[in-house]
Amino acid sequence: MTHTQKRIIINNVVMVLSTLSALVGIGFLFWILGVLVMNGIDALSWNIFTQEGAPPGYEDSGLKHALIGQFMIVGVATLFGVPLGILAGTYLSEYGQKSKLAETIRDISDIMMSAPSIVIGAFVYAIVVAPMGHFSGWAGSVALTIIMLPIILRTTDDMLQLVPSTLREAAFALGAPKYKVILQVVYRGAKAGILTGILLGVARVAGETAPLLFTSFNDNFLNTDMMEPMASLTVTMYNYATSPYEDWQKLGWAAAFILSMFILSLNILGRLFIMKRKGK
Amino acid sequence: MATIVDITQEKALEVNNFEFTYASADAPSIKKLDMPIAKNSITALIGPSGCGKTTLLRSFNRMHDLYPGNKYDGEILFKNRNILSPKEDLIKLRIQIGMIFQKPTAFPMSIFDNVAYGMRLQGIKNKTELADRVEKALRDAAIWKEVKERLKHDANGLSGGQQQRLCIARAIAVEPEVLLFDEPTSALDPISTAGIEELVVALKEQVSIIIVTHNMQQAARVSDYTGFMYLGELIELGHTEELFVTPKEKLTEEYITGKFG
Amino acid sequence: MGIIIDRVFANLTKIIAVAVLLLVAWIFTVLLQHSMNSIEYFGFDFITESKWAPNLEKFGALPAIYGSVLSTFLAMILAVPLAIGVAIFLSEIAPAKLKSPVGVSIELLAAIPSVIYGMWGLFYFVPIIRDAFGGIGISMLTAGIVLSIMILPFMAAVTRDAMNTTPDILKESAYALGGTKWDVIKDIVIPYAKAGIIGSFILALGRAIGETMAVTFVMGNVHKISTDLLQPATSIPVTLANEFTEADTDLYYSSLFELSLILLVISFTIISIAKFYFLRRTKVAS
Repeated sequence: MTHTQKRIIINNVVMVLSTLSALVGIGFLFWILGVLVMNGIDALSWNIFTQEGAPPGYEDSGLKHALIGQFMIVGVATLFGVPLGILAGTYLSEYGQKSKLAETIRDISDIMMSAPSIVIGAFVYAIVVAPMGHFSGWAGSVALTIIMLPIILRTTDDMLQLVPSTLREAAFALGAPKYKVILQVVYRGAKAGILTGILLGVARVAGETAPLLFTSFNDNFLNTDMMEPMASLTVTMYNYATSPYEDWQKLGWAAAFILSMFILSLNILGRLFIMKRKGK
Repeated sequence: MATIVDITQEKALEVNNFEFTYASADAPSIKKLDMPIAKNSITALIGPSGCGKTTLLRSFNRMHDLYPGNKYDGEILFKNRNILSPKEDLIKLRIQIGMIFQKPTAFPMSIFDNVAYGMRLQGIKNKTELADRVEKALRDAAIWKEVKERLKHDANGLSGGQQQRLCIARAIAVEPEVLLFDEPTSALDPISTAGIEELVVALKEQVSIIIVTHNMQQAARVSDYTGFMYLGELIELGHTEELFVTPKEKLTEEYITGKFG
Repeated sequence: MGIIIDRVFANLTKIIAVAVLLLVAWIFTVLLQHSMNSIEYFGFDFITESKWAPNLEKFGALPAIYGSVLSTFLAMILAVPLAIGVAIFLSEIAPAKLKSPVGVSIELLAAIPSVIYGMWGLFYFVPIIRDAFGGIGISMLTAGIVLSIMILPFMAAVTRDAMNTTPDILKESAYALGGTKWDVIKDIVIPYAKAGIIGSFILALGRAIGETMAVTFVMGNVHKISTDLLQPATSIPVTLANEFTEADTDLYYSSLFELSLILLVISFTIISIAKFYFLRRTKVAS
């Protein structure tokens, strides 16, 4: 066998192996997706949206409490996280630029994006839950805000930097003060990118469970008072799935399905925005 | 149709009735093309961008096969066989017909390993043989003196002109019979360009050379034969001096006098 | 007037940006303060002691640290070759028609919350492990496998992205010398993308070690060091998720904070290595 023949054989073996590993990897992932969709659709019913939690065995149980709780916790986190993140990102791109301070903030934010979210939960427990004396929706929102902040900050920073500097210079040349240039020209130029960043940031925190376990905790019934413990889809899912009751487990799958579809939609929407911008 | 000069010497390649269609295109990019390539000579391909000269060049080593869906028709004869045949051994073909690209393409490894790469692919492991052949290739590519002290250094530390000569050394180290140059100086400064041109001329003792260039002066300076292509067809192939001084085709004349292109 | 607004706006953005830095410092400080009880009481023994018995007021972090490291190690062993395989498939083998749909679905799967992976693991993977190896199916091995599946999409996507940065012309040069696809991948693509690939693997490792939900369902939270991968075990995040709301004494509470602090320091270190050593100049955004 010549060396070249040997090379061709090795090549073919590697090609088969990597195609196989791709099949294995993709197979697992589609398995999970399939399980999610099958169980989710199976568990979906009108009751899910109209009924609150109930003890195991009750027919009329649903996820209304968790859906509303999830919406409130994530909504409040978005209300705080987005403007703070955008303003901080604006500082990095428009004022700090390549300064040491700006670079340090970028680095630390990048690290924070991958830091364990359960630790953020512990931190918020210490600064919010312990002083208040009890779990609360607010505590959950604070935890999610902290997780969302670096994501929004970095995408805003990146997206603003993509706006051509000639555009800024043209606005300055007309005598506009810097804040007007930023608010009226730069933000407008980066609109699609920032919006994508927000969608992905919301999608990311909406799937967080660990930081809510001991901040917003859980509630089996509807509660709209942010000062009190509050249900979320993720924690509800965790509690129901690990319970021994079949109807609770079913509700867990319904929660998993609804949440995943929500998160996937946000991701797809974000992609479409980016694609639209590239298409221009 | 096309005016093709009679080549009396031995031929390295013969293109007969060749057509090429890209996967994404409906119409062929090269149409019914006939062209002889003389052995141990330099044939330059000129023409306006999009005329198909690079497409033709990349057919000689079947580079188009890397991307699915491209289609060849007709034949290209090399050593009495049609290299467009589906049975053609592409690995062997590419060893016999080497290629130099528009930009220097130093691999992410040392200078020595770059030049030895093709030989190692062929299974040559003997250290002295490798060292001897690397040195010879680097000498032939006129870069030995500049790099002999730093063979173990990363090749990406060399200048653009040096990298391009290194790529030529890498290509000739496997002793090909034909070398394809795809606008080899388009990314280089004038001094490096002069060096590469000198090298190309010196190399025709060893190999047959086809060079695609967007620069007519370059074609005139280095080549023995020049082919002018336009809209996927070969319009004229002649001795370089004759083609530039007394072109037989009106299109050729218009192009070399700068009326279009 | 404009000048005043200008200055206010500039300072406002700066204050918020700096607040992000202070927030991180605050997180470390608070975790450290709340750990002080445990640090003073156990000292260095906290991380070398293997007994964790809340009823005896005895807290040793070794089983949780061991579990974190081992489960992450298992996950990486499984996920690295798979991720490379998927990346090679996506960047070099797959026909054009498959590249984009498969690539996008992998990226979307990376966005699915980890709690879903954990749930799938509990209901579908635990029974398989149980049937195949006996035992209860909730084990270190199960956790490692579920964790590897969870980090696979992220790893495959970034590895593919890193491989795709190799210029076509460089690959063509190697093909032009008679290289096979594998020759080109191993000699050109992988060396060219090396820093990016290793960096993203380490980043994935940093994320995996702090992952809570994918493993909490299937690990069992048993504070015992065992070399038998089929035994239930625990990790730092699993301990926190299971016990934080149960901590009934100051020492227990403080020990959990010390675990959080240890986890944060480990993650920060690993992610920093990935970022500063391998991914300089490239973006870490997922």
